[in-house]
Amino acid sequence: MKKKMSPLAKAYITLVLAFLQLPILVLIAYSFNESKSRGVWTGFTFDWYAKMLQDSAIMSALGTTLVCGLLAALISTIIGTAAAIGLNSMKRKAYNLTLTVAYIPMLNAEIVMGISLMMLYTLLDIELGFFTLLLSHITFCLPYVVLSVMPKVRQFDYSRYEAALDLGATPSYALRKIVIPDLMPGIISGFLLALTLSIDDFIISFFTTGNGVNNLSTVIYTMAKRGVSPKLNALSAIVYVVIMILLICINVIPKKDDNRNKKRVAERN
Amino acid sequence: MGEHIIELKNIYKKFDDQHAKAAVLNNINLYINRNEFLTLLGPSGCGKTTTLRIVGGFETPTSGDIFYLGTNINNVPPYSRNINTVFQRYALFPNMTVEQNIAFGPSLKHKSKAEIDKGIEEMLELVNLKGFNKRKITTLSGGQQQRVAVARALINKPGVLLLDEPLGALDLKLRKEMQIELKRIQIESGITFLYVTHDQEEALTMSDTIAVMNDGMIQQIGTPEMIYNEPKNAFVADFIGESNIMKAIMVKDYLVRFLDCDFECIDADFGINKDVDIVLRPEDIELLKPTEGKPTGEVVSSIFKGVHYEMRVICGDELILSHSTKYYEPGTIVSIDVRPENIQVMHVSEWSDTIIGAKRAQLRSWEDAR
Amino acid sequence: MKKSSKLLAIPLIIWLAVFVVVPFVIIIYYGVTVENDAGVISVSFENLKRFADPMYLKVFLRSIKIALISTMVCLLIGYPVAYILSRSASKYKGLIMLLIMMPMWMNFLLRTYSWMSLLENSGIINSILQALGLDKVQFLYNEGAVTFGTVYNFLPFMIMPINTTLLKLDDSLLEAAYDLGAKPAQRFFRITLPFSMPGVLSGIAMVFVPSVTTFVISQLMGGGKVPLIGDIIEKQFRVVNDWHFGATISLVVMIVVLSFMFVINRTDKQDAGERSMIL
Repeated sequence: MKKKMSPLAKAYITLVLAFLQLPILVLIAYSFNESKSRGVWTGFTFDWYAKMLQDSAIMSALGTTLVCGLLAALISTIIGTAAAIGLNSMKRKAYNLTLTVAYIPMLNAEIVMGISLMMLYTLLDIELGFFTLLLSHITFCLPYVVLSVMPKVRQFDYSRYEAALDLGATPSYALRKIVIPDLMPGIISGFLLALTLSIDDFIISFFTTGNGVNNLSTVIYTMAKRGVSPKLNALSAIVYVVIMILLICINVIPKKDDNRNKKRVAERN
Repeated sequence: MGEHIIELKNIYKKFDDQHAKAAVLNNINLYINRNEFLTLLGPSGCGKTTTLRIVGGFETPTSGDIFYLGTNINNVPPYSRNINTVFQRYALFPNMTVEQNIAFGPSLKHKSKAEIDKGIEEMLELVNLKGFNKRKITTLSGGQQQRVAVARALINKPGVLLLDEPLGALDLKLRKEMQIELKRIQIESGITFLYVTHDQEEALTMSDTIAVMNDGMIQQIGTPEMIYNEPKNAFVADFIGESNIMKAIMVKDYLVRFLDCDFECIDADFGINKDVDIVLRPEDIELLKPTEGKPTGEVVSSIFKGVHYEMRVICGDELILSHSTKYYEPGTIVSIDVRPENIQVMHVSEWSDTIIGAKRAQLRSWEDAR
Repeated sequence: MKKSSKLLAIPLIIWLAVFVVVPFVIIIYYGVTVENDAGVISVSFENLKRFADPMYLKVFLRSIKIALISTMVCLLIGYPVAYILSRSASKYKGLIMLLIMMPMWMNFLLRTYSWMSLLENSGIINSILQALGLDKVQFLYNEGAVTFGTVYNFLPFMIMPINTTLLKLDDSLLEAAYDLGAKPAQRFFRITLPFSMPGVLSGIAMVFVPSVTTFVISQLMGGGKVPLIGDIIEKQFRVVNDWHFGATISLVVMIVVLSFMFVINRTDKQDAGERSMIL
């Protein structure tokens, strides 16, 4: 019953895509505009890319974003994966309770998460800065990692683990060699999801960083008060392309898996 | 008989989260001889898989002892038991090739590469998968995966191989082929097999010994012939093969009354005028002309089954199933005859009422149809 | 794995206790207390009364109004997109999907600034209008602009979950409906729409929650003229430094949001995390 789109459907989809892409194309175009003002196009240049590289505030924010993103993704992936495995063997009640609490950072309004974490750090007398930024990012990444890994844990054929024990593997060896490789697609997509979320976040970062530590979002916010510099356009064009590549990776990995399954089914029949 | 390779003594098992429910295993006592093919047969929920998992070390009994060659192994973890398992859905490692799957066990025991390779070749030959070494698990058919699972377990030369409904996922034709294959592999490898299934035909085909289980208890242990020909109670009679199970009265030794007639039989020692259950196999019931036999009845259905006709006869308040090569049209009045040695007399058991009740319900639907 | 593996959840549980439960308690604590001039803290619902002041209530209601309108608009625009994509056999489907989610990975401040440069009085669209001999239009700095900004930013959150559920709709179900004599419209309202409800609900949640609490979009697109509840909260913490009042408002917002989510998630627990499906 699936069929080609009707011309009307095509036109509609094109319109929605244009609406979604328009500001991004404009923004990327401006990153090549000679003039600093948004309104006029004076000529093509790569200057803003060069200037961006020399801007220490932008560069250090980029560094903060990347380091914070990678660390937050790594730590939340480790904690989240371990927890997904552990949760699955918990009793129904404890399982539901933990998951409900774990999903709060995802369900709650970001602004509330942000200010509550800020209050926590202040009350504990932890100075706002990179450390608090990282802690906060790990917190909001965790539910997404658990959510990505959980379906794989549920699908995992428990008898494979028993088979490994049966063949002489110790529990920890079986976990490393049999369980973890099976969960890998979920772990990888959890990691990448956490990474992109961390890079993209503004609201929670805004409330939980301080002492001059800025990531890209907060530096954009601060700088933009004085008008958006084309340097920022240049930077975000780059970030956009990088994330696009990441996204394509995420979308290709599970598809490969699918293809393999399809192939298997085909061969079996 | 040979030595007992596995022995279960007074095994009870209750799961944690079952509130005051009956035990899953209720005093299981069982031994397995070396080189024996023993099958635990029973309906789902009867405790057969739990018994197997206790032998494998995946469950611990609530009380009771397990012995391996006379040594208590209650607290030995699965990876230290000289016992291997073929899992229900094979549990092959999808991230490894056929060869890597088979090598998993020996490589953990630090066998040399040459020794492992030799073992792999032997195993692939044993299970008829020569040349499949580098294949991905995901590219194998169900039957091939089954063979890899057997090879992966057998390469460890286990004292006992446990098989948990290994043929359940295969289609009928393949299942029949694999039954013969597994029996051949068992004889060739000389390894003791403990097999779990709910399929009575599978059990009859392969086993040296069958233990029929229900409600966490072993109902009967014996050779396939014994289980089929001399079921100990109505449950075993009903579960194995097709049967006519009826209430009867043991008038005296060698004489039993059912269908309002007295029949000679070969059983004794039940007492005088005692209630008993009897089982008659359909192929042992002869249908004769009304004048030739004792109780008479009316044929209500006659279905051609290839080798024989499957006929149902309403006789008094019983529905009798008969397999015979002689055809009678529905509506014909016939008489029934059974040879004394084909009447199996059993003590009344807790299942008699439900099983006989179910047979009665069938009778009523046939009477309504008539 | 069964028994000892429970221990693997312990780091998460500790983390949640420290970074989710404790902050939760802090908000509640500050929300229901006040501090007098002498620095003495006492339980009081004074701040709640203060929040009931028409000035704040108006902002609160405006936030809810804008969020509801945005959510409706997203649903009306997004459902057909999800439906068309899920029913089509186009080989560009994957690419279209990627294009739909991609804007979310461009820093949202910059995306919003970019719209401002398009919509402002001296912006591109007004320049085009002028070139065509038409009058300039004041697009920015009103409720409409804020609504526009939220629709733009959260539209993908509506499309993705609906598309995900619609993809699970088995063709044979629709064929059966045909077979039983359903006309296309009946088929849509009796089969497709009810089937996609879990996706619609999680889409609604994913648009409504960030819309109702945003403070940046209102600052930029509304130029500060259309403050939302998020702006008030932000001000309490960043400008006025009145934690107690800020916490009270947060508490109200949190109750609204979480009870909203609770109602929505009752339908299908699994969909609580449809946001991850975006990837």
